[in-house]
Amino acid sequence: MKVRANFSLVFNLDKCIGCHTCSVSCKNVWTNRKGVEYAWFNNVESKPGIGYPQNWEDQEKWNGGWEMNKGKLELKSGSRRKRLRNIFMNPDMPLIDDYYEPFTYNYAHLQNSPLVEAAPTARPYSLLDGSQMDKIAWGPNWEDGLAGEFENRGKDTNFKDIEKQVYAEFENSFQMFLPRMCNHCINPSCVASCPSGAMYKREEDGIVLVDQDKCRSWRMCISNCPYKKVFYNWESGKAEKCTGCYPRVESGLPTVCSETCVGRIRYNGVMLYDADRISELASMDDTQDLYQAQLDIFLDPNDPEVIKQAKEDGIPESWMEAARNSPIYKMVVEWKVAFPLHPEFRTMPMVWYIPPLSPVQSQIDQGNLETAPDGVIPKLENLRMPIKYLANMLTAGKEEPVVLALKRMIAMRSYYRSLNVEGKTDLAVLKEVGLNETQVKEMYRYMAIANYEDRFVIPTSHEELRQEDPYAFQGQNGFSFGNEGCSISSKASLFPEKRKKMEHVMEFKPWQPAAKIADGENG
Amino acid sequence: MENLLFSIYPYIALTTFLVGSLIRFDREQYTWKADSSQLFEKEQLRKGSILFHIGVLALFFGHAGGLLTPHSWFLGLGISDMAHQYVAIIAGTIFGSICMMGGVILWKRRMNNQRVRANSHFMDIFILDWLLVTLAVGLLTIPLSFYHAINGDASAMVSLANWAQSVISLQANSTLLSEVGFLYKIHLFLGMSVFLLFPFTRLVHVWSVPLGYLIRPYQIVRSKYVRYR
Repeated sequence: MKVRANFSLVFNLDKCIGCHTCSVSCKNVWTNRKGVEYAWFNNVESKPGIGYPQNWEDQEKWNGGWEMNKGKLELKSGSRRKRLRNIFMNPDMPLIDDYYEPFTYNYAHLQNSPLVEAAPTARPYSLLDGSQMDKIAWGPNWEDGLAGEFENRGKDTNFKDIEKQVYAEFENSFQMFLPRMCNHCINPSCVASCPSGAMYKREEDGIVLVDQDKCRSWRMCISNCPYKKVFYNWESGKAEKCTGCYPRVESGLPTVCSETCVGRIRYNGVMLYDADRISELASMDDTQDLYQAQLDIFLDPNDPEVIKQAKEDGIPESWMEAARNSPIYKMVVEWKVAFPLHPEFRTMPMVWYIPPLSPVQSQIDQGNLETAPDGVIPKLENLRMPIKYLANMLTAGKEEPVVLALKRMIAMRSYYRSLNVEGKTDLAVLKEVGLNETQVKEMYRYMAIANYEDRFVIPTSHEELRQEDPYAFQGQNGFSFGNEGCSISSKASLFPEKRKKMEHVMEFKPWQPAAKIADGENG
Repeated sequence: MENLLFSIYPYIALTTFLVGSLIRFDREQYTWKADSSQLFEKEQLRKGSILFHIGVLALFFGHAGGLLTPHSWFLGLGISDMAHQYVAIIAGTIFGSICMMGGVILWKRRMNNQRVRANSHFMDIFILDWLLVTLAVGLLTIPLSFYHAINGDASAMVSLANWAQSVISLQANSTLLSEVGFLYKIHLFLGMSVFLLFPFTRLVHVWSVPLGYLIRPYQIVRSKYVRYR
């Protein structure tokens, strides 16, 4: 046993309203720069839909993640040699149009336009080459709220083994939002595919990062990440990805997407896992066993043996304490209401999802669902859609765990409904789904109330122990690229760093009242 | 002039190549990259890049092997000067053409694809032009070499190899080239200049051929703690 800690997240999709606050706050902090305008380290997709980049879940197309090849765990894109042979041209890499062409509008024209009959319009301009775009054909959030024809959205791979038409007819009855970010996987395929070894997983908190100095733009990580959450910065020629907001997490603060989530759907915490069992557990023959396999890799922070080994492996006591109070552990392991996104990719993702109850609830409300004898828990097994869809997304198609999780959430609601409305409690319902009263109260506290201190249990990284000379650390740059932090002038460099400046599409004229009057006089 | 170009310039180029690369690697590693533009365009890159790289790698190793292997070794291996010359002509024609085809595709792509063009450094275009001109002059020397070969004259090739070896052994002797044709000398100058330009362009990615990837374990875990003692 080798104990390692992983900074992990749970997203409660049942409460996600698709407001994109997470995406916007992330964008403003991390990718508001040239070269990564098209990159959304965090984005929210409307499901069913093909997502961002288009059809990212279709690994037959992108060859991301791992697969079992002759009984051995191997990257789906092939052997090491094959990747080196493809180094001159990576056949699996998406084009920028698979994401979308980044654009802005010529707002300045609204101000600079001469007096004309029709109101001036701000036309879109490409941020790649500064040319005017006739039409914006795709964006990071094109399918928001199920926009567009079902024809296109129906290409969603989660419709595997489902009569798509059945869904298409009732499509207004089922929609969900799927916020996505880097999963900071236990078995990351991006790290495994990097020819120059620039990508790595941090030992202390499991955050997966790209060493910007070591990246040589071989771009294998872009296609080998099955979630398409490593991006190519076309300005710097380097791979960039979600940093897990590590400067915040190190100080015990939640990631910026989690902090700003208005629906309180995001949980941050620590999970312990056994690093010695990664390849064994990622190598299950049946992809449907991978969800259970990942549960098996997690270690119980209350187990004396784990505590002993953790001490030997150098896990600080504050981290053990955080692991014991981890909201992630409760939802993932104790209540089993959260699931990994596409465990069949075999990367062991560490962002888990509580499935949404709303599609089920709407069926209940319409009286479409038969309930069990207790009159509360519906027979979800009969509800092929959306159960199968959720299972394809969260458990490689295995329906039972998803059904149990949804039933537990229904039972929790039912328990509190009877408690608050009728003033009595119905324990039979709880028994049916294998929960006791203490557990359901805790579930309610964590999932329904979701207080800040319950959602975010993040130990600091003990930087004070790491810094040899904290005084010298004072006044240093926290986060910068290349020599930005210490060179006197970036223009004086012998070695070209920045590309030639792009044309500025916006040239605002300073506002001069006198000139304005003159304009008016001239007509 | 000859002395300057072929006795001194080689060392200026080589020193810049080595020291410049070292300084850039040490001081500016963030700029050290292949600088792929595949995100913008894929199809022409597939043809152009693969052809160009196969060609250029073969040419590099062909030149290195042909020019720097001591004359006596070839004779010792039973390879006569004429055989050597024919091999050089044939291999040079094949791989030079492959490289040229790829290079022209890449050049057209870089000049005509609006996105790629807009995001090219000055140096990206300049070095591509330079390499293609060097290659073109190199290809133009082939008929000349062929003419030598059918006349049974290997002296130009032997002189070039002797000069290259004199450069590498730090006793560059430009007089060795006195009998060599003008076209070869242009090719030499252009070729040496590639080394001079090398550290200031994207060519630095050549140093970073990731062969280590074949033997490293898949997963990399780094600790934030630097173990000082």
